[in-house]
Parts: sequence; C-alpha cells; structure tokens
Amino acid sequence: MKLLVPVKRVIDYNVKPRVKADGSGVDLANVKMSMNPFDEIAVEEAIRLKEKGVATEIVVVSIGPAKAQETLRTALAMGADRAILVQTDDAVEPLAVAKILAKIAAEEQPGLVVLGKQAIDDDSNQTGQMLAALLGWAQGTFASKVEVSGDSVDVTREVDGGLETVKLKLPAIVTTDLRLNEPRYASLPNIMKAKSKPLATKSPADYGVDTTPRLTTLSVREPSKREAGVKVGSVDELIDRLRTTGVIG
Amino acid sequence: MKSLVLVEHENGDLKDATLSAVTAAAKLGEVHLLVVGDSVSGVAEAAAKIAGVGKVHVAEDAAYAHQLAENVAPVIAQLMGHHDAFVAPATTTGKNVAPRVAALLDVMQISDVIDVVDADTFVRPIYAGNAIATVKSSDAKKVLTVRGTAFEKAARDGGSGTIEAVSGSGDAGLSSFVGAEIAASERPELTSAKIIVSGGRALGSGEAFHQVIDPLADKLGAAVGASRAAVDAGYAPNDYQVGQTGKIVAPELYVAVGISGAIQHLAGMKDSKLIVAINKDEDAPIFQVADIGLVGDLFKLVPELTEKL
Ligand SMILES: Cc1cc2nc3c(=O)[nH]c(=O)nc-3n(C[C@H](O)[C@H](O)[C@H](O)COP(=O)(O)OP(=O)(O)OC[C@H]3O[C@@H](n4cnc5c(N)ncnc54)[C@H](O)[C@@H]3O)c2cc1C
Ligand SMILES: Cc1cc2nc3c(=O)[nH]c(=O)nc-3n(C[C@H](O)[C@H](O)[C@H](O)COP(=O)(O)OP(=O)(O)OC[C@H]3O[C@@H](n4cnc5c(N)ncnc54)[C@H](O)[C@@H]3O)c2cc1C
Repeated sequence: MKLLVPVKRVIDYNVKPRVKADGSGVDLANVKMSMNPFDEIAVEEAIRLKEKGVATEIVVVSIGPAKAQETLRTALAMGADRAILVQTDDAVEPLAVAKILAKIAAEEQPGLVVLGKQAIDDDSNQTGQMLAALLGWAQGTFASKVEVSGDSVDVTREVDGGLETVKLKLPAIVTTDLRLNEPRYASLPNIMKAKSKPLATKSPADYGVDTTPRLTTLSVREPSKREAGVKVGSVDELIDRLRTTGVIG
Repeated sequence: MKSLVLVEHENGDLKDATLSAVTAAAKLGEVHLLVVGDSVSGVAEAAAKIAGVGKVHVAEDAAYAHQLAENVAPVIAQLMGHHDAFVAPATTTGKNVAPRVAALLDVMQISDVIDVVDADTFVRPIYAGNAIATVKSSDAKKVLTVRGTAFEKAARDGGSGTIEAVSGSGDAGLSSFVGAEIAASERPELTSAKIIVSGGRALGSGEAFHQVIDPLADKLGAAVGASRAAVDAGYAPNDYQVGQTGKIVAPELYVAVGISGAIQHLAGMKDSKLIVAINKDEDAPIFQVADIGLVGDLFKLVPELTEKL
C-alpha cells in the first residue's frame, strides 16, 4: 500500500522564538527552519513500514512557501519516494491543510496517512483528526506503536493515564508521538540522490480549497516573565525558605 | 451563548479537567454538559451537581465505552445543532475528539485556550508558550479545547442540572478498543497535584529514579513527573512527561531534579507558583525560572532533603 506523509517546515526546535516588537507575530526572519520533529518521526515510521514490506511507496506533502521544498528534500533523502509541494505564502490553518490533504488522499488513495501529532510552532494538534473526519476514516492519535496486519492497523496511543491500544480499519490516519521511533539522519549519498527524486508543485487552487483563515490574530505578546529567584547554599536553607512560603508545613 | 462541555470521566469518576472547562464555558454564557460512555448514570448525576450547569446530555452505548473519536464525534456534532460552542478539556481525550468534531462542523478549532476575552476572542499559547496569541474567530460556532491550569475549577456541588438522554448512532464500524496499560497509583494525579517532584536525565536509570525521586514525592505527598529525556530513556513512563508535548502543570510547588530546563520542558511547568531546582550545573537554564535554586549533586542533596523534611 501507499503511504502519505504530510511534513511541515517550522522553526527549528533548538531556536528560542522571539515575539516581534510590533506584536504581530513571531520573528521568523533569518531563523533556522527545519522539519517539524513529529513529522521526522512520521517519515521514519513510513520508511520502516516500507522496509518491512508493508508499504510500497511513500509520498510526502508539504503545504507552505517555496522553501518548504527543503523540508520535502529532507524527507526524500531520509527515504521517501516522491513529493508534492502545495505552494502558498499565506498562513494556512489546520482545517484548510486538512481539506487539501483530503483532496490529495482522494487522488493518491493511500492505505495510511501518517502525520505528526502537533507542529511545534502553532501547537494546534488538530490536522490529523480533522483529516480523519473529512475522509470518514479511523484515527490513531499520539501513536507510540503502529502494527499493520491485513486490512487493519493496531495503534498504541500515549494517553493521559498511560497507554491504550486501538484497532483501526484501513485506510486510516495515524499521528505520531515522541516514542514511536528515533528518526534516522539522511546520509550524504542519499541527500544527493534525493535531488533527482520527483517533486510536483501545486497550488491550493489546484485542489479547489479555499484557504481563507477563519481566525485573525489580533496580537502576539511575550508571556509574563518569571523573575529568577535566589540560590541557596544548603538543604537546610532550602527547607527554611520552603517553610516561610508556607507551601510545606 | 450556549456551550456544550465534554465531561471527562474514568471508571465512573468525573475528572477535575471537566470543572475547569465548565468555568471557561461559563464565560461564554449558558453551560450544558455531555456525558458519553457506557453505564455512566453515576457520572451524569455527578455532572448535574456541578455549580451553574443547565442540561446534562447523556449518550450511553457500549460503543462509547472507550471514547473512540470515530463513535463519539458524531454524537457531539449532532448536539451542536443546538449549541453555539463546543468546549473540551485539553486532555488526550479532548485533543483526540475535538478536532474531529470541528472538521465535521467546518469550524477552525482553537486549541489550548488560556483565556476567554469575548464570544469570538480567545487567548492561547503558541511556540511552546514563548508567545501568547489573541485570536478572533469568524466561525459561527466555536470549537475550543481549554487548559485546565488556566481556569479555576467549578464547584462540584450546588448545581441542579437536568439529565436528558440522547441517542447517537453508536458504533461507526471504523475502530475498536484492544486494551490499555493504565498504571494505578496511590499518588495524586499530575495535572491536579498541589506538589510535583520531577526527575530528569541526570537520574541515569529507572532504579535510581525510583530510589531518589519517589521517597521525596512520598514525603511531600506529591505527584511524580519527568522530562522527556527521562521518559525516552525509560526511567519513567510516558504519562509522567511534563512539557510542550506532554502534560501542562501548574502546582503550588514544582521541584525539578536533574532537569536542564529546555524550552519544551519549561512550556509545561513555568506557570507553577513556586519552582525549586536542584542541578549540579549552576548555569542550567532551569535556574532562570526557579524561585529557589540549589546547586549540587542530586544523589547527595535529594536524599538529604527527603530525610530532613
Ligand atoms: C492565527 C494564525 C496565525 C498564523 N500566523 C502564521 C505566521 O505568521 N506565519 C506562518 O508561517 N504561519 C502562520 N500560521 C500557520 C500556522 O503556523 C500553521 O501552519 C497552521 O495553523 C497549522 O497549525 P499546526 O501546524 O500547529 O497544526 P497541527 O495540527 O499541530 O499539525 C499537525 C501535523 O499536521 C501536518 N501539517 C500541518 N500543517 C502542515 C502543512 N502546512 N503542510 C504539511 N503538513 C502539515 C504535519 O504532519 C503536522 O505535524 C498561522 C496560523 C493561524 C491559525
Ligand atoms: C519535538 C520536541 C518535543 C519535546 N517535548 C518535550 C516535553 O514535552 N517535555 C520535556 O521535558 N522535553 C521535551 N523535549 C526535549 C527537550 O528539548 C530536552 O531534550 C529535555 O527536556 C531534556 O531533559 P533533561 O533536562 O532531563 O535532560 P538534560 O538536558 O540532559 O539535563 C540534565 C540535567 O541534569 C543535570 N545533572 C546531571 N547530573 C547531575 C547530578 N548528579 N546532580 C544534579 N544535576 C545533574 C545537568 O547539569 C543537566 O542540566 C522535546 C523536544 C522536541 C524536539
């Protein structure tokens, strides 16, 4: 079966985001951008399913600016077969992303769509679930284990109380959590090879999807800062301080 | 405005996360509740007693026992015909089902709401809490998940809601529950604990984690948390993870032991009232948010602290 893996270009997780002085958003000019870490995990899982012989082809998709090509090339270098860039400079909200992905899924007919559970910029944690609703498919969110057998997939999910396993009818949606796997690094030869793998460029209009945002950002501000406190020299001093604050008896 | 709040429950108990969601929804107007599950009449009765609630809709079916989103989302979408907003706690259950509902209603969800400004305007953290966005929705109906740490809990009694059964479509035939590994613990739950002791990579092993962190937590009557690094390394189970992509906590006291203070970890705990950090590196970023810092070897300091408390 074919696998579809949406990947998003986001601020690198090592970069500390800075709010723009005019309060209009986060400053992304000259900031290192990378593939969303959860999407690296999604690409890795897809490659492992292909290596196991469960999957035959991996198609990666990104919706974003021309530069999102770099993210797609990274996925191709890791081992994906082909890429689709849905190019737009507008901010596309998860609902619109899901609508575009639903159209692509209808065209490509994947057996599984593997997404990240959340993108580390907007932290929405929505796209996979929305896509599942639009396609009328089952969803295995926050996955730490994915096992395909026949026409179903068992997904172990990281939930608040621990772990939960569900069985989903294929085709289905999976969103990745941190413990699913450890993504590989692309080797230099594979990075070279990735340059010649097919990458199709489309636009949201090609899929007939209206990406007009439903949300308007009125302002973006810094969170209230915590003052650094004091350093104490000993456990006794720590206990004294805790007793004065009253939080312990 | 009339909101429908999803009641979070487990083994017949109504969870605290529901109470914070009720407070958030009350800022929008009338609050109705939805209890979905199998044999949940006890939960429905508890829900009807929550201060300020109107109707409590109850959908009972074996297919709803494990809150499978495929089965539950249609029930909510149907009820949204008569409600203006759907409000779910930002728990793994809420995060799993709410976007599915939003897409069924063609609404753009607003995740992790920390403040309600007015009927259309909400405040939410983005970029691991390094930026706080105020967003205005143009959708006619709203779908929100709300952060428990940002809203007071509504009182568990004083209300007199009316219970009403709703019929749903039952099993969508897409998914089924296989099993769960839910650890039973005597300790308070992480997201509602007053005190949390969290351990990081520095603990070095699962045994050391239990030998050093657990006794301190027991002494303080605290819940136990962990950094991602400690969970990835297998020192602690996944449900202990505090942070941007784990649990968001805001206890009275948070004790970070051998945790460096990466932004992803801070995102989950920096709203705690009092933060204590124990780390051998005096330049560790955790000290920038800690109210009280103690520099030194945790393997010496933590047992000493446990003993002297
Ligand atoms: C109010 C608002 C303001 C915004 N402002 C900006 C801005 O200033 N600059 C900017 O660049 N963006 C902006 N955006 C867009 C935003 O950063 C996200 O692209 C969008 O909201 C998706 O949210 P998310 O990535 O957190 O989704 P999530 O639901 O958290 O993403 C989950 C998964 O879905 C998949 N996915 C999500 N988006 C894409 C995509 N585009 N392509 C491929 N796969 C994807 C990935 O697998 C990802 O791991 C804004 C969005 C909103 C709502
Ligand atoms: C997509 C993504 C999501 C993430 N989500 C989360 C999340 O939700 N939560 C989270 O916590 N992290 C998250 N992380 C990981 C985060 O970036 C850090 O890697 C992680 O928090 C580090 O854990 P740590 O502080 O335990 O380990 P380290 O950073 O290795 O810190 C260990 C600390 O222990 C100290 N130490 C060592 N030995 C001793 C000793 N004997 N006594 C005292 N101190 C000692 C060291 O000085 C150091 O400061 C995420 C990362 C990514 C990429």
